Amino acid sequence: MKLDEFFVTGEPLVYGGMVSIVLVTSAVIFLLTYFKRWGWLWREWLTTVDHKKIGIMYILSALAMLFRGGMDAMMMRIQLAFPNMNFLNAQHYDEIFTTHGTIMIIFMAMPFLIGLMNIIVPLQIGARDFAFPFVNALSFWSFFFGAMLFNISFVIGGSPDAGWTSYTPLSGAAMSPGPGQNFYLMGLQLSGIGTLATGINLMVTILKMRAPGMKLFKMPIFTWSTLVTCFIIIFAFPILTVALALLTIDRIFGAQFFTVTGEGMPMMWANLFWMWGHPEVYIVILPAFGIFSEVIATFARKRLFGYHAMVWSMILIAGLSFLVWVHHFFTMGAGAFVNSVFSVSTMLIAVPTGVKIFNWLATLYKSKIEFTTPMMWSLAFIPSFVLGGVTGVMLGMAAADYQFHNSYFLIAHFHYVLIAGTVFACFAGLEYWYPKMFGHKLNERFGKLAFWFFVIGFHVTFFPQYFVGLDGMPRRVFYIIPEWMPLNVISTVGAFGMGIGFAIFVFNIYYSYRNSEREKTGDSWDGRTLEWATPTPVPFYNFATVPHADKYDAFLAMKKKGETTFDEEKLKPIHMPSNTGQPIIMMAIAAFASFALIFEWITLAVIGLVGVLIMMGIRSFDYDEGYHVEVDEIKRIEREARGL
Amino acid sequence: MAEHSKRFPVQHIIGFVLSIVLTVLAAWAALGSDLPVKWIIAGIMTLAVIQVGIQLFMFMHMTERESGGGHVPWNMMFHGFVLAAIIVAGSLFTMSFGFTHDHDDGGNHQQEEQQEEHSGH
Repeated sequence: MKLDEFFVTGEPLVYGGMVSIVLVTSAVIFLLTYFKRWGWLWREWLTTVDHKKIGIMYILSALAMLFRGGMDAMMMRIQLAFPNMNFLNAQHYDEIFTTHGTIMIIFMAMPFLIGLMNIIVPLQIGARDFAFPFVNALSFWSFFFGAMLFNISFVIGGSPDAGWTSYTPLSGAAMSPGPGQNFYLMGLQLSGIGTLATGINLMVTILKMRAPGMKLFKMPIFTWSTLVTCFIIIFAFPILTVALALLTIDRIFGAQFFTVTGEGMPMMWANLFWMWGHPEVYIVILPAFGIFSEVIATFARKRLFGYHAMVWSMILIAGLSFLVWVHHFFTMGAGAFVNSVFSVSTMLIAVPTGVKIFNWLATLYKSKIEFTTPMMWSLAFIPSFVLGGVTGVMLGMAAADYQFHNSYFLIAHFHYVLIAGTVFACFAGLEYWYPKMFGHKLNERFGKLAFWFFVIGFHVTFFPQYFVGLDGMPRRVFYIIPEWMPLNVISTVGAFGMGIGFAIFVFNIYYSYRNSEREKTGDSWDGRTLEWATPTPVPFYNFATVPHADKYDAFLAMKKKGETTFDEEKLKPIHMPSNTGQPIIMMAIAAFASFALIFEWITLAVIGLVGVLIMMGIRSFDYDEGYHVEVDEIKRIEREARGL
Repeated sequence: MAEHSKRFPVQHIIGFVLSIVLTVLAAWAALGSDLPVKWIIAGIMTLAVIQVGIQLFMFMHMTERESGGGHVPWNMMFHGFVLAAIIVAGSLFTMSFGFTHDHDDGGNHQQEEQQEEHSGH
């Protein structure tokens, strides 16, 4: 293989990307060397098994991916506002909408939420870490390397260009030769390992490691949403794994599962993909519901209205999410009866979702609302998400879907649910729990500025797309007719508004780091749940003494009784897991093997896989039992943190 | 704790070896043997059932006692079976229901027919 086949050539934008990658990498290496931070990086971050640090790494990576996906979106918007400028050609446009979709769902939304779960769930249930801290680190690194593998495709080998759904036969070897689609397959496969492992890990943590007295129906709502999400992950992700594996075998080893020739069934890919894909959208929306519930209850200063109804509606949504997948391809032509069945099941989902909306409204009813930034995101979520939900029901009507299918109406719909649901929740959750993670709040003034830019920009971007969709503009086109121009220009203006909002948000992180007041107590917002019972910054063992939590809103009850998580008489040595470099090494080798497989260098791939097996062997005979934190040290840390 | 994790996992080793042997046997039956097709299918099915049993009893904590909040492995297995049923029945339903069956040699021609039907309009 020649060098110019390995690297992508001939695109000025891609050359720009290459230069910036080289510059940023050199700058990072220089700074780490100059400040002698390599050892610190390795000891404190790369080898950590601490759920809080892993969570922070998840969120940082997710923000980086939000930036990458956002840049893709900007480029698409520029192209559609000025279609005659030849900013992007058809091929490049195809690659960009593919990476935009894949990155935003798999490498932004999920890791962001998993990052928040990582940090908050053990704190909310009174646990000291995950059930399997080693596996947690492994999950993060598998996601991280999967994401890097996918992201590198635009400079090495060429990006996938068959859409984030990667429908066969287009994505098969015959119609998409070259490494592009392989990047999609292996990137998702590698990070999928991590997602599945996290699902199992968090589920075991929640089921087995709750504080004494905390029954399932006494758990905070965010933990409940995580538990339900884990359930969906565990049952949905294997379907994706199998589908990806089948397509990989098709493409690399010449099988005929999804091909047009050789008795393959191309539509089976769509079927399998959406059997995972529909539960997937609930994987990214249920934790968002959990975050909004926490934020709304906290800043409405009221107990969450209809807690049981909230939990049961989530469970119902999770169950139904496995029964609606065909609504993504009504136009495949499965017949009126099949479509009707899935049309009805789709509309059923609106019922539990509606219950949740009314519960949030009832929580707000007659409450004294505190307009903090996280609360603003949550309040903006309710009407925006309803718009997305109602158009979703419209799309769910099979007959009408023949009109809406693959038009911008659909684009507007899923951006309304995914941005107003998931992205707003990520921002709300990050700002809400930020003091717990970093010891200071984000600046409210800049936070609100970012909020208004982002929310108004969001509506300006996507509201016109409903109408341009009804005017017949199909998705995934790089060139448009004059009738669609005005609304597209408005959309582009809005997209830049969102971009400015994001930039202010990032600037706010820096500004607050420099200027915000440091937190003196652990309870930044007068919180209700156990995560606020710990001091800030949270000691690495979380709870010096694990509280007895037999009330809903456990911390509220503790505050009334004057209890803390530091009861000197009950102190016992704490058993903690040791840091280890194995997860990052194992996943780096797996990434190497995947990279080799992408370019179909079978020998190298086999060598890499053997390396992974060797690492697994090493892990199997690793008898490190962790260490104990002694009582004296706990006392010292806690007294310092609590200013006693 | 330390004593527990250093104990030699005899049962796991036996299960591991058995599952590999069964897999190799199945692969041989399909690739290398001269048995009639019906026998091969029946044989592989039998091996699969044994394999499932080994996995469930030697690795999947089937024999574990119930702990707080019900028997989690059984619970998950129940949902696993439900989901497998949804996948199989659902795929058959969506991929073949309502399509015409002019040929009796598998489901893959249906799409092409559908295609022709559409282009004929």
